[in-house]
Amino acid sequence: MHDMHVPAVHHHAPPQGFIRKHVFSLDHKVIGEQYYGLALLAVLIGMVLSWIMRLHLGWPTLSIPGLQLLSKNGAPGGIPTPEYYLQLMTMHGTFMVFFVLTTAPFAGFGNYFLPIQVGAEDMPFPHFNMMSFWVTFVAFVVALAAFFVPDGPPLSGWTGYAPLSALGAVAGPGQGLGQVLWAASLAIFCVGQLLGSLNFISTTLDMRCKGMSMMRLPLTVWAWFITSAMGLTAFAVLMPACILLILDHVAGTSFFVASNLVVNDQLQPHSGGSTLLWQHLFWFFGHPEVYVAIVPGMGVVSHVLITNMRRPMLSHRVLIYSMAALAFLSYMVYGHHMFVSGMNPFSSIVFSFPTLAITIPSTIIVLIWIGSLYGAKLRINSASLFALGFISLFVSGGVSGFFLAQPSLDILLHATYFVVGHFHFTMAIAAIFGIFAGTYFWFSKVTGRMMNETLGKIHFWFTFVGAYSIFMPFHYLGIAGNVRRYQAFVDDYLQPLLGVHKFITVAALVTGAAQLIFLYNLIYSRFRGPKAPQNPWEATSLEWTIPSPPPFDNFGGKLPVVYHDPYQYGIEASSGDYVMQDSPEQVQTVHDEK
Amino acid sequence: MAKLFAVTVILIAIGSAIPILMHTFVPPVDISTHGPLIDEQMSETMAEAGISFLAAQIILGVFVWKFSRTQGRIGSFPGGARGLVAAAVILVGVEVFALGAFGARAWAGIYFTAPGPNAMRIQAQAGQFAFYFRYPGPDGKFGPLHPDLINEGTQNFFGLDPDHDPEAKDDIVTAELAVPVNREIHLLMHAKDVGHSFFVRELRIQQDFVPGLDVSVHFTTNKVGRYEIVCTQLCGLGHYNMKAYLNVMSQADFDAWLKQQASQQ
Repeated sequence: MHDMHVPAVHHHAPPQGFIRKHVFSLDHKVIGEQYYGLALLAVLIGMVLSWIMRLHLGWPTLSIPGLQLLSKNGAPGGIPTPEYYLQLMTMHGTFMVFFVLTTAPFAGFGNYFLPIQVGAEDMPFPHFNMMSFWVTFVAFVVALAAFFVPDGPPLSGWTGYAPLSALGAVAGPGQGLGQVLWAASLAIFCVGQLLGSLNFISTTLDMRCKGMSMMRLPLTVWAWFITSAMGLTAFAVLMPACILLILDHVAGTSFFVASNLVVNDQLQPHSGGSTLLWQHLFWFFGHPEVYVAIVPGMGVVSHVLITNMRRPMLSHRVLIYSMAALAFLSYMVYGHHMFVSGMNPFSSIVFSFPTLAITIPSTIIVLIWIGSLYGAKLRINSASLFALGFISLFVSGGVSGFFLAQPSLDILLHATYFVVGHFHFTMAIAAIFGIFAGTYFWFSKVTGRMMNETLGKIHFWFTFVGAYSIFMPFHYLGIAGNVRRYQAFVDDYLQPLLGVHKFITVAALVTGAAQLIFLYNLIYSRFRGPKAPQNPWEATSLEWTIPSPPPFDNFGGKLPVVYHDPYQYGIEASSGDYVMQDSPEQVQTVHDEK
Repeated sequence: MAKLFAVTVILIAIGSAIPILMHTFVPPVDISTHGPLIDEQMSETMAEAGISFLAAQIILGVFVWKFSRTQGRIGSFPGGARGLVAAAVILVGVEVFALGAFGARAWAGIYFTAPGPNAMRIQAQAGQFAFYFRYPGPDGKFGPLHPDLINEGTQNFFGLDPDHDPEAKDDIVTAELAVPVNREIHLLMHAKDVGHSFFVRELRIQQDFVPGLDVSVHFTTNKVGRYEIVCTQLCGLGHYNMKAYLNVMSQADFDAWLKQQASQQ
């Protein structure tokens, strides 16, 4: 049965004036672009920080031109000090995880396309939506401000483990005001995410147009919907944790600081706190966060692949249920970050099994993707290449999870580059491939112009081969015992591994430089790209039924009516081998395969 | 372009497997009695992960090669979604739960057994950015700790008060962890300031020091030698340089070493 309810239609007048149109806009599409723009800025900063780190790791005595301008004390003569290396590393992780991987695939694409794909004029709470972006922007500015305080940003990593992060300036450079700004930034960021998630959930549940039942929602909408549910619960835990951390700094509390700690021969005035409490709270957020970063990418990749395979996935439902299973299980596995943390070793076994079990829905998703390629009529373009690349990278990241899910192997691999390789493959570079796939796919809808396909493909090849060249050797280093978060490899056993680090650095520089091709393509095509037809990919979902770029109210004041499942490809219809979701044409439609 | 993708994915997959098959990067030789189970688990997991990795990448490549086409009818994977879901649930399910069960055995060998009554107790303290170790001396008892007395300048790293605590009088504090070979060691770990970790690759032990919590591990070594102890929990600017040595000696050498250390206290 199709849900035929009448959506809560939302009306607002066309925005007037520059500020209302482009700055404090209530339009979900402008807000989506703002999020994407913020992610672009953050990824540029994050990438430059990673270049500095990689250069320093490959050539520790190299003077990096201009670095001393960023911090005279942190990089005298252009060579990062040990503390400055850790500060850059902390901010690299913070910018990338929060302001890129959470922001672009979820808040960026989701804001822009979720309301259109469900057939709505806007989200139900446009003011909340506007607030969610500007709150996130404030969070970004606060994080950035940490670079400009006297001691610089914190050095405790993006995980901010207490008590290093809770003791204040006595624990090291950046651990005073810089750490407080970091925690404040994250707490503010959480507010933005909560507002955004609320809007996503209510739009999906209440704003669907006539005929748009839940099972007729595209996989992208399902992915954003599931991600929103995770966002609501995960960020709701991180926010109070950050507030408690700030209180440990400024109000003399001891939530995360135990008694009788001695730093620099000074007995610290804290008592009774728990070191492991921070880790529990952080990872209760942190593991769902991995899926907040990757599930929207799964939705985008499915959507892009289906369009380019000219056939639906083998099973729409199974993909939805599997993504939901990932989200559900993500709350039960967080303890695998803490196998050797000193928590009860029985807990490690308890957390190990759900972690291994999460392999099952992940495998189902991958098998459905690959199985759906069988018998397809695959079109190769920049978007589909990045989607295929996503699958390859996600598989590579997934199999290294077999190791890290086991406490006994964590003894060898925990805190080594193996972990760094694992999470970069899955939540970082795979998610970024999802962003690229979405960008090449939807650019024409957002701007009304096409991106250059040749440049897109060149960008793909550099990025795909580059990603493997950077992150696969990380696994080898980890197996050999190379510990992460070291600014120099002074241990004897690490000396033979320096050549691998140099190779990774060169690969990172080349791959990073290749992103300029993307940036050029993005900016040039925005203004000079050839005009795009309304539906260049012959796609079926509602965003392709409206002009490019869409009008402010999406559907020109008349809400669509949906007659079909989202992905009716590989059929015979008057439009070709597909039928649009809003076409009343009667066709022999494709149903879920058993 | 599709064929190029297919060839690239397959070459990357095979190329990635070569250093593993050639054993170019391996953990160092195990020196512990509990390590063989971990190493066996590592090999089994590598085999299963490796097969899954190669199979998925190669099939992805082959399908992209074969089904990048404009002609023909849309086909469907034999068995459909149901077959794939069944394969994932049964094959992968059995595979990962078998790994989990066998892995739990290796973990239990270290953490679910109590140290024997004759295990030698040694205390380890981690602080920014050094490890210190304490042996209880001839009385077999550790003197109590007084954090307020910790003073690096006077080399009172643990905060001992031998003037008032008779048990602390004969305690031996060292910067190196020396142990007799083939003797069970019960390492009692505590952090002085922030979180640290104790990682000796050869010993197949990695365990965090948790501020405010007493944590312990026990192990038996079976090869004489000198091995690096490194900190793996980010502890501040000197984290990369926080290391000490595990010195595994014969019983006679150890006795002599301990005597010499005692004379230097």
